[in-house]
Amino acid sequence: MASSIRVRATASGDITEVQALIQHPMDTGLVKDSKGEVIPAHYIQKLKFECNGKDVFVANWGTAVSKDPYVKFSFKGAKKGDELKISWTDNKGASDTTTAKIA
Amino acid sequence: MTMTTGPHPTRRLILQGAAGVALLGLGNLPFGSQPARAAANDKYPEEAFKLKNEADAIKALYGKTAEPSDKVKLDAPEIAENGGVVPISVTTTLDKVTSISLFVAENPNALAASYRIPEGTLPSVANRLKMAKTTNVTAIVEADGKLYSATKEVKVTVGGCGG
Repeated sequence: MASSIRVRATASGDITEVQALIQHPMDTGLVKDSKGEVIPAHYIQKLKFECNGKDVFVANWGTAVSKDPYVKFSFKGAKKGDELKISWTDNKGASDTTTAKIA
Repeated sequence: MTMTTGPHPTRRLILQGAAGVALLGLGNLPFGSQPARAAANDKYPEEAFKLKNEADAIKALYGKTAEPSDKVKLDAPEIAENGGVVPISVTTTLDKVTSISLFVAENPNALAASYRIPEGTLPSVANRLKMAKTTNVTAIVEADGKLYSATKEVKVTVGGCGG
């Protein structure tokens, strides 16, 4: 299966800008389906970015983060060609991991 | 019991040794990392995410209150046509930022997202949140152990939390 995570990381000088888009329903547990049954909560709780063995960004999310979440941040200390590791886990215990080369 | 207590002192000594080495390494950094507070901690703050009231959620996450600051810049639309996807970004000129959190006052649960900002990461984040209805969005920035906030009202024409 294709990864649920799409990442673009671009270095300019000492600063690396990271944009990530993750495919996830992010169900709040408040919405009903067409049969009137509540769709149980299903959302990413933790999202982590690591580079050169160090956490560079950690997100803790609740149900109020949009479907197919998007996040953008920047960090210092990496260069072109370095690898960025991205991983998430959701409230049902599912997870995904991917790596991206900094361009 | 006597059988199981045996190996423990040795293991503890080894762990202490390892921690000591790690601390020595940290000593070379410009400023040592402070003991992690709730939001800067590695653990998922389950309880804070369950609270309905914004003040309660801030207290559960940080254990203190925030003061408004013009050094925190919260960027959100005046009007969101779709409460399911509201682009919100936060930047700050404050130093020693360790975390940034976002609260939506009248959502079913106030805390929306909390970001840990390790040393070397710029204190700036953009994301998309769901909003149930027109209400205030608050950004909390934890910098040098203190909390600073910025609030903005976003008008929502169609809510994003069901109902």
